[in-house]
Amino acid sequence: MSAATWLVLGASSPVARAFAAAAAADGHGVLLAGRDLDDLERTAGDIAIRHGVAAEAVAFDATDYDSHGDIIASCRAKAAGTLNLFLAFAMMPEQADMEGDFALARATIEATYVGAASVLSAAVPMLEAQGRGHVVVLGSVAGDRGRLKNYVYGSAKAGLHTFVQGLRARLSSAGVSVTTVKPGFIDTGMTWGQPGLFLVASPEACARACLRYAERGADVRYFPWFWWGIMAIIKAIPERIFKRLSI
Amino acid sequence: MMWKEMTLTGWGRSSRATVAAGRPERARDLTALLGDHHARGVIAYGSGRSYGDAPLNDGGQVLLTGRLNRLLSFDADTGELVCEAGVTFADLQRVFLPRGFCVPVTPGTAFATIGGAVANDVHGKNHDRVGSFGDHVLWLDLVLASGAVERVSPDHHPELFAATIGGVGLTGVILHVCFRMIPVPSPWLTVREQRIADLDGFFDAFESVRDEADYSVGWIDGLARGRRLGRGILETAAFADGAVRPVAARRPRRVPVDLPGIALNPLSVALFNRLYYRRVPARGRSRAVPAERFFYPLDGLHDWNRIYGKRGFYQFQCVIPDDAARAGIRLALEEIGAARSASFLAVLKTLGGAGRGHLSFPMRGYTLALDFPRRDKAGALLVRLERIVLDHGGRVYLAKDAVLSADGFAAMYPGLADLRAVLAEVDPDRRFQSDLARRLGIAGRES
Repeated sequence: MSAATWLVLGASSPVARAFAAAAAADGHGVLLAGRDLDDLERTAGDIAIRHGVAAEAVAFDATDYDSHGDIIASCRAKAAGTLNLFLAFAMMPEQADMEGDFALARATIEATYVGAASVLSAAVPMLEAQGRGHVVVLGSVAGDRGRLKNYVYGSAKAGLHTFVQGLRARLSSAGVSVTTVKPGFIDTGMTWGQPGLFLVASPEACARACLRYAERGADVRYFPWFWWGIMAIIKAIPERIFKRLSI
Repeated sequence: MMWKEMTLTGWGRSSRATVAAGRPERARDLTALLGDHHARGVIAYGSGRSYGDAPLNDGGQVLLTGRLNRLLSFDADTGELVCEAGVTFADLQRVFLPRGFCVPVTPGTAFATIGGAVANDVHGKNHDRVGSFGDHVLWLDLVLASGAVERVSPDHHPELFAATIGGVGLTGVILHVCFRMIPVPSPWLTVREQRIADLDGFFDAFESVRDEADYSVGWIDGLARGRRLGRGILETAAFADGAVRPVAARRPRRVPVDLPGIALNPLSVALFNRLYYRRVPARGRSRAVPAERFFYPLDGLHDWNRIYGKRGFYQFQCVIPDDAARAGIRLALEEIGAARSASFLAVLKTLGGAGRGHLSFPMRGYTLALDFPRRDKAGALLVRLERIVLDHGGRVYLAKDAVLSADGFAAMYPGLADLRAVLAEVDPDRRFQSDLARRLGIAGRES
């Protein structure tokens, strides 16, 4: 890829931060979007010092839908070269907390699904006009099947997966690749201290894989790859059995 | 989930702790974690390169700072760098050596963090010339027990600054550090190596080089006895100009498993030490090497602490003031030789003067460091060494220590009362605690 600019949405998350660093190491500029501007400015400073590329923090709130069009436009105006998107934001409270508190469940769905659908929709005209570029959306293995332990978040990711499938079809004719990456367990604050995890991958490894998938124009990828097999098995379990499992 | 139950060790793997570990990924996580009080307190844990129990807190909490590792600003005109405390020396050298800047002071491993460097007021092979890490800190941001962030410097909250430099993490969590990188003409050092026949030879050599050489370090064969006592290699070094052709950098290797205890025995270690001595020709030699190879000779062997097996090892490091150093270091080496406690090379260096912290280790004198496998007699040897250090007016380095007594510590560190006064003010409820602090009664003896 010639030098482009990656707009990283939800750039405070460890995978997004590592993604921005990996893209910057390849010479791409980065725009780091999210709510915690203090944190994003630190990452921008770090990337600018280490990699000598343009790096800037951008205020972005996933559920402030009306602002998304302007944010995309101003990022397009700031960006050198092709503007690519890496969408990494989500909200994942404890399932148990959401069961007694629909407001929290709704906030999760809105941030994780509606916010993503909104900003991706806002970006479509820009991407079509550009006629090239890459979009990477972080999905989740949790979106492959509704599970007792994580179905609110999982349903939002499932919605996002479906949305992105359609978006991929729409943008492929414009020459823009759209990649869904479904990470398994990644060593972040989301998984820190959770019992029963195995084969936890580092955010850096996940980020490098995401960049590689984008460069190849991949459609859907599990990371690490063997999660494809794990999820194939989980998806194959008949519902009448699955409903009795406490996973 | 905010806290994760885990077992941590010091680098020597002789100290072990079961802790609830929090791992902040940004500043606000850190504040939230600090607000979650625990009766056994909390301590920051960087890379775990302290050898003993300084970053451990058995039964309590630790904060893993490794993800707070960003460079925040750098001014190429002044060399002024601001970074988060979880940044490592390896990070800084990788980014800045190719651009003509080096850290002003570096410990013997690049895997240590900048926060750890401040909290232990670490020194390098250039202490005589430039002092310890704390001498280069322009300011730092400290998260206090209250959650408030305080910027401290020699001018602003000087008492808190002095309590934090070398304060082994007890004043708070170091969030940011500002210090000056030094401009260097190349990423290579010209290193002169020469054989030194015995201990007196070492002292004579250091007296002539300590005020001139930018960097100097002695490697002593800890098993040599009698007239060979103190035999070793003296290395002096300075940054080379850009024209030199350095020897190649080495690829890192890894110790894949814990070696069995028998692997390190007096014979194998004596052989290694002898080869190390013979490696340098009798007339000495001078060559250019990549800076990392001179600064971090052991970093090329990842997990080298596994060489000592499951039981781990102790590192002992003391400093003895100039006037008592010849006698004190000789006595220490004789004890060590007599114990036949297998140890790789001992390190002998000069230190130039006192640090800025109440518990700063350095004083003008000579510092000796060496490892002992953790075997039954090691404890008794360390007790005798503590006595020798006390008798010669010296002190033991807390970053290396796992066994010092509280009384010995109090006698070695006259700044303790000043530190306690600051701690009583900024952390009266003892939010910050560690195994080291409890063992040595740093905040006051346990009631």
